[in-house]
Amino acid sequence: MFLAVEQLKVSYRGQAVPAVDDVSLGLNAGEIGVLVGPSGCGKTTLLRTVAGLEEASAGRIALQGETISSRQKHKPVAQRRIGMVFQDYALFPHLDVSGNVAFGIHDMPVAERNARVAEVLARVGLDGLQARYPHELSGGQQQRVALARALAPRPRLLLLDEPFSNLDAELRERLAHEMRTIFKAAGVTVLFVTHDQMEAFAIGDVVGVMNRGRLHQWADVHTVYHRPATRFVARFIGDGVFIPARFEPRDEGAAMRTPLGLLRAASGSPLAEFQGAGQCQVLLRAHDIVYDETSPVRARLVRKSFQGAWFLCTLQLSSGDLVLAYLPSYLEHAVGDWVGIRPQVRHLAAFAQES
Amino acid sequence: MSLALSVPAPSRARGLPGWALALPIALLTLIPVAAVIGAALSPQPEVWDHLIRHVLPRVTANTALLMLLVGLGVLCVGVPLAWLTALCVFPGQRFFAWALMLPLAFPAYVLAFVQMGLFEFAGPVQSRLRDWFGSSAWFPEIRGSLWGTVLVLTMAFYPYVYLLTRNAFVTQGRRALEAARMLGESAPRAFWRVSVPMARPWIVGGLALAWMETLADFGAVAVFNYDTFTTALYKAWFDLHNLGAAAQLAALLVLLVLVMAAAEQRSQRGRSYQVASSHCQPIVLRGWHRWVAFGACALVFAASFAIPIVQLVLWSLSTWREELEPRYWDFARNTVLLAVGTAFIATTLSLVLAGVRRRHADRITAWVVRLAVIGYAVPGVVLAVGVFIPIAWLDNLLIAWLRPLGFEGFQILKGSVATMLLALSARFLAVAYHASDSAMQRITRSQEETARTLGLGSWGLLRRLYLPLLRGGLLTAFLMVMVDVMKEMPITLMTRSFGWDTLAVRVFQLTTESMWENAAVPALAIVAVGLLPVVLIFQRAERIQGA
Repeated sequence: MFLAVEQLKVSYRGQAVPAVDDVSLGLNAGEIGVLVGPSGCGKTTLLRTVAGLEEASAGRIALQGETISSRQKHKPVAQRRIGMVFQDYALFPHLDVSGNVAFGIHDMPVAERNARVAEVLARVGLDGLQARYPHELSGGQQQRVALARALAPRPRLLLLDEPFSNLDAELRERLAHEMRTIFKAAGVTVLFVTHDQMEAFAIGDVVGVMNRGRLHQWADVHTVYHRPATRFVARFIGDGVFIPARFEPRDEGAAMRTPLGLLRAASGSPLAEFQGAGQCQVLLRAHDIVYDETSPVRARLVRKSFQGAWFLCTLQLSSGDLVLAYLPSYLEHAVGDWVGIRPQVRHLAAFAQES
Repeated sequence: MSLALSVPAPSRARGLPGWALALPIALLTLIPVAAVIGAALSPQPEVWDHLIRHVLPRVTANTALLMLLVGLGVLCVGVPLAWLTALCVFPGQRFFAWALMLPLAFPAYVLAFVQMGLFEFAGPVQSRLRDWFGSSAWFPEIRGSLWGTVLVLTMAFYPYVYLLTRNAFVTQGRRALEAARMLGESAPRAFWRVSVPMARPWIVGGLALAWMETLADFGAVAVFNYDTFTTALYKAWFDLHNLGAAAQLAALLVLLVLVMAAAEQRSQRGRSYQVASSHCQPIVLRGWHRWVAFGACALVFAASFAIPIVQLVLWSLSTWREELEPRYWDFARNTVLLAVGTAFIATTLSLVLAGVRRRHADRITAWVVRLAVIGYAVPGVVLAVGVFIPIAWLDNLLIAWLRPLGFEGFQILKGSVATMLLALSARFLAVAYHASDSAMQRITRSQEETARTLGLGSWGLLRRLYLPLLRGGLLTAFLMVMVDVMKEMPITLMTRSFGWDTLAVRVFQLTTESMWENAAVPALAIVAVGLLPVVLIFQRAERIQGA
């Protein structure tokens, strides 16, 4: 692994609960990893510990095989060659754009330095703005300067702490895609922190979901969405609900008996562990339910919110359980109507009954 | 972008704890204060007896009366003028807004001797009255008069109340005032029911500052021959050579001052700033109201600044030929030496303190830093005594060691420039600290951390991040301390060695001989330099207003 975090624990003085607790993850060279989680989950602390701004209480962090943080060792921030982009960009107000970008490559010969500054500015799409001062730039431009500044010294690893949170939603999405292109072109390894899952999906090769200091899952985007490792991941990522289910062995594989009927796993979902477990729950995402007037399963429309091409609807089954579904917006059902629905579950994720 | 604040402070700061770094600087002030209190805790009965019988009753009554009346004075002058210039429109309002701050450039003792020179028996006012009404024209005796002292100190210290209160009116509550007026309150009623209650923490802060200055004032009361704690202390010190009595008085004074300082600190907590919205309708005064407003401002401006400055210039013109002599180069050189030296020391120490405070967020460090800058509250006469006690002790020790080596002198540290610099730095460290610290707070934690991830060590951070970004703040700190030292009188007077004079000391010497015209020359030099920080303060206030 290019970056390896092993059983890392970070505690703040005077706080009983560690901010980061027993977290392990790895990144290959050139990969983009994203940590998502609610605020206060420890993702920023994890990032700051990798940067060397916080110290590890236990476990270790290794970069290119060299231990940079552990209980015994703490490589100084300045020597790690890890770049970081902060939430507030932290541009230096007394320097113009090229001064900011050149800040970390101060020791280079002038000609080389100027060439490098021009190169990274071109890469982030800011050529021509060299002489501007930070207060003369828009939020998006400031953000690019911060990125260029972090890239200029060719860091071994680039860390970004919620870099889009101060930008408006529209700009945010465009920048997320642009940034991924920039990272891939530069071939840099990236660890990115956000609380916005859409951003995580747009940028990341690997996504980690954190809550209360623990890393619940570290996997590719597809797996995190369709095979959430824990109930928390299932709830945090995407729209979905849990409904009661019971394991039923079948000749052609396992299945779950639910108020919506029998749900079969399309491809080897790991359901066997629920054999004999009695009552459990399965995750149903909004797109696992499709509208079908011919279906024998009926549900009452409880709430609907218009989302353009479809309504995101909350439906109540006759068993009383609630499910979510996208219904086409041309259907003009009113709240209280009974509609026909059919489960269409490709990836079945089951969880033990919540105690 | 307050996001930097949400990041917790470094979990385990390396090296010494913060308080250990700040403590040596705090000792600069704490040792003199402790020395004074220590001396007071071992009272000599005969000293106490003398003090209680002959000094304390009069001095206490005088000081209390002075505080009460000056307090009333600065409130009556400062608050209404602040309200008028901050929220109303009338002829000259923009000019008076800043001009009413100009008296800050005057040390109180200069205002005092100008007034003395104008109104004493031989002065131009009484002479003119006698010309008009004959020699029987009655005029109140000004020397030793309470009213003269109150008037002068009010004129000298109302700008503290004016400045803070105006700041309050400008930065907060304009909307509330608008709302009150839309609900049908008249302008004067809105002043009493909305503006003043909302600005109370600022008003109290300004009053506390004015009171601290009143307690600490030595020069002005000395000119009027009005006995307070400071002059009694000076007399015990110089005329009676009674260190014990001086220390006793100093300890009492410290107690009073600590009460003031606590009140000032408390009042700061109540201040919350709202971002002022720029397009609030000012109150446009009409008819005779506008001329009353104009008249009030003009009267105060004339009494506190215009008349004194004109008088100083006139006197200087008539006397500079006889007064300016080669010795003046020494006075000026000594003044600049002290001012620049203290400014350098205080600014450097304030930078260290601000840096320590930033890196170590714990409460003990915060407390030690707060103690380190308590010197602004300690009157100069007290610090002078407090510095003298340990220095004299150290001197005796050194002399005892050196005597066998052939040293023949009576003082090494006593009266040395180094000792003066120490005492002055302790007094004015707070001035530098406020400027450095507010500049330091504008550097966000993430800017610092960015610089570190870009490969900067401690030295690089200082050279390439801190110093460039702090330059303005440090320059302000340096300048403010410099000017304060030039204006300072009692510490310089009491810690210098005999014959080593500065401009302020020269003013003191000339005024004790009632040579007002001659004193105008060094006074004018001090006032001219003193105008610099007033301009700075005003620019900053305008920036807050504009932001």
